[in-house]
Amino acid sequence: MSDSAKGNFVTKYIFATDHKIIGMQFLFSTLVWFAIGGMMAMVMRWQLAWPYTEVPVVGKWLFGEVGGQMSPDFYNMLFTMHATIMIFFVIIPILAGAFGNFLIPLMIGAHDMAFPRLNMLSYWFMWPSFACMILAMVCFEDAGPAAGWTAYPPLSVLYGESMTLWTLGLVFAGIASMLGSINYMTTIIQMRAPGMSMFRLPMTIWAMFITAILQAFALPVLTASLLMLISDRVLNTGFFLAEGIVANNSAMVSGGGQSLLWQHLFWFYSHPAVYIMILPAMGMVSDMLSCFSRKPLFGYRPMVYSMTAIAGLGFVVWGHHMFISGMNYMVAMTFMVSTMLIALPSGVKVFNWLATMWKARIQFTTPMLFSIGFVSMFVIGGLSGVVIAVPPVDIPLHDTYYIVAHFHYVLFGASLLGVFGAIYFWFPKMFGRMMNETAGKIHFLLTFIFLNCTFFPMHFLGLNGVLRRRAVLTTGEFASLTPLNEFITYSAFLMGAVQVIFILNFFYSLMFGKKAERNPWRSNTLEWAAPSPPGHGNFDFQPVVYRGPYEYSSPDHDEDYWPQTQPNEEKA
Amino acid sequence: MNRFWSILFLLVPILGAGTCFMAAFNIWPLENCWYPANYSVQGETIDFLNDGVHLLCAFILLGTGLFLAWNLWSYHSKCEGNAKHIHHHRGLEISWSLVPGAILIVLALYQYQSWEDNRLQRPMIETDGVQVEKQPLVKIHAKRFGWEMHYAGPDELLETPDDIYLENLLVVPSGEDIVLQLESYDVIHSFYVPKLRLKHDIIPGMKQFTWFRAKEEAEMGIYCSELCGWGHTAMKAKMEIVSPADFKTWMAQQVESALPKFAEVDEQ
Repeated sequence: MSDSAKGNFVTKYIFATDHKIIGMQFLFSTLVWFAIGGMMAMVMRWQLAWPYTEVPVVGKWLFGEVGGQMSPDFYNMLFTMHATIMIFFVIIPILAGAFGNFLIPLMIGAHDMAFPRLNMLSYWFMWPSFACMILAMVCFEDAGPAAGWTAYPPLSVLYGESMTLWTLGLVFAGIASMLGSINYMTTIIQMRAPGMSMFRLPMTIWAMFITAILQAFALPVLTASLLMLISDRVLNTGFFLAEGIVANNSAMVSGGGQSLLWQHLFWFYSHPAVYIMILPAMGMVSDMLSCFSRKPLFGYRPMVYSMTAIAGLGFVVWGHHMFISGMNYMVAMTFMVSTMLIALPSGVKVFNWLATMWKARIQFTTPMLFSIGFVSMFVIGGLSGVVIAVPPVDIPLHDTYYIVAHFHYVLFGASLLGVFGAIYFWFPKMFGRMMNETAGKIHFLLTFIFLNCTFFPMHFLGLNGVLRRRAVLTTGEFASLTPLNEFITYSAFLMGAVQVIFILNFFYSLMFGKKAERNPWRSNTLEWAAPSPPGHGNFDFQPVVYRGPYEYSSPDHDEDYWPQTQPNEEKA
Repeated sequence: MNRFWSILFLLVPILGAGTCFMAAFNIWPLENCWYPANYSVQGETIDFLNDGVHLLCAFILLGTGLFLAWNLWSYHSKCEGNAKHIHHHRGLEISWSLVPGAILIVLALYQYQSWEDNRLQRPMIETDGVQVEKQPLVKIHAKRFGWEMHYAGPDELLETPDDIYLENLLVVPSGEDIVLQLESYDVIHSFYVPKLRLKHDIIPGMKQFTWFRAKEEAEMGIYCSELCGWGHTAMKAKMEIVSPADFKTWMAQQVESALPKFAEVDEQ
């Protein structure tokens, strides 16, 4: 951050147009929201293990007048906001916003983004969104937005004003992503350094590029459907409301719509959003795996093609969220086929990662451990995805904890482990200091153990038919699962607690960490040729690219890495 | 340290597949962690498919997990020499696209029969020598936060003024195809009976049908599986599967006890 743009603190760090500062703004905002969303999960787990008992610490403060126990609608608000925060304020902005902004110009050898001011606007559109969500949670008599992050109408039309604010908040977050994605696409197409052809781009940049395209095509649909939902709520238009609905003891005035329409529109965005939340992590993990295996990434082109295939197929699989919704049942069959097809490129990626580690020289650094963790967890999340892609099997498993287990394996087990790895990996470049390796490894080990203890047993709850989104889980027919359910809660608390190690390590290293050299990991990609941290304008020379990003252990070169900027040696 | 980490990653497939195996075969401490008892005919094929897909997944998990752990164990940075400089291998790339593809095609074709039985082909019944779709026995009208079960009254027709209705209790005979008509007054609900492997969303404004055939007499819970508001957790009902003879008697009782009410309505 040292010699970046001229000016005082406000122009330098608050109204910054430098892509690195904007990336850090995204990073710090998302980490704060990550903590908030995580604490919400802890409160939820308390309710699920010991329903309607006094919630420790926050119970007295939040629900003092009712003996410290939460109401069912408060629980609904918690899981709605946990999902909303984790998806729209943590995973998407930390991948595309923080790492996309920081890495794209550095890794392609550009001095900044194509549109620095648009970039600033992209970050600042997050703030109206933050404001809407906070107001929606705290400022209304009713519990707040509590219709689930999927906000299926007519339920989402019935809730109070807080729901309108929630919807508006998502519109703003969507605008932020949209502006970012335009910028990423333009920058990657237009601003590559001399010699950086498309097939010399690191996998991270390919992933960011494909993600940006996904966002640009899918987001307008979400924005349109959110505006339709607002107009249903505020103007009684009835896009999503059928004739003759009676709710809260009165007939709803509007009609002539269909609530399945929302599901189609919503999932048309939100399924590609799943890939928006995983592809950038896949890209970053590919780079880290290759670097610490000291070996070229296996199958560079198949990796690019499989990512493209995932993104393309991602647009035609949304119906698998609706197998049992009453959507045409033959259409469900076509969605099953496309969903199974998407397992193939995902499998290709896993096999390529494994082959990258075959006959490698693996360095077990913290980022490498998180990357291996990513692969290992992605296999479980991907396989449970194949299980629920089979429509008859989905009948008993739909809306149960099996689904919760599945997407937490993909989003926490894979995406967020990838994010942690990326933070440890690029921290020296961002802040010019190294993070503590020992603390990092302990953080990895404990997170990895407790994440499995938390999410794996959820498969068993789901197989038994325990439903998600219920405030009480193991009563009646499911009483025998009580010990397992409590075990999940204990593991979740421990998993939350060990993140303190990360927070301490992060801030301690920020201030007192060992000074980083330019290329501490001996990596090939362009960002490591810039100073740590890079100044305003990034490079202190004009980078020229001579080869692909994965020339590790090349027999044509003495060292086991061969940076992209290093000119070819004269043959003796 | 490479040994430590490779053992840690080795534990993922071993414990993952191992705990599933323990749960599936009721081994301590994971008894009663696999599916609940199944009382329906179509549930058998669903459970069979479910077991099959899980077995397939366990093999893939073990295969990839063991290969990963073996790589970590064998190829750490202290090994002699450099890593193998290899960029790709066309044969491998093609085979690991085609083999999983073939497996998935088999799975997709194989599951079709079960989906047809559950969703595409409503049970038929022969009337006057013609096969027609079986008419629903019960109309289930979901509302926030309960279930109305409408049975045909003395005229034996559903959706007529003499319908009999019960709150949160569904009684059906075993051994025959039961068709249910699903409707909602207000928001989306979902009709879920874990022990029948039966789940169907109920969309307001749509008239939908679902069906099953119970194998034996039992009692079980009905749950709403789509978030419908603050009372969602409490939205439950009881299901009683009785023998056909008992069902006849029970139905006659219901009609009899409802008759005075119909008389009152007629007088008015």
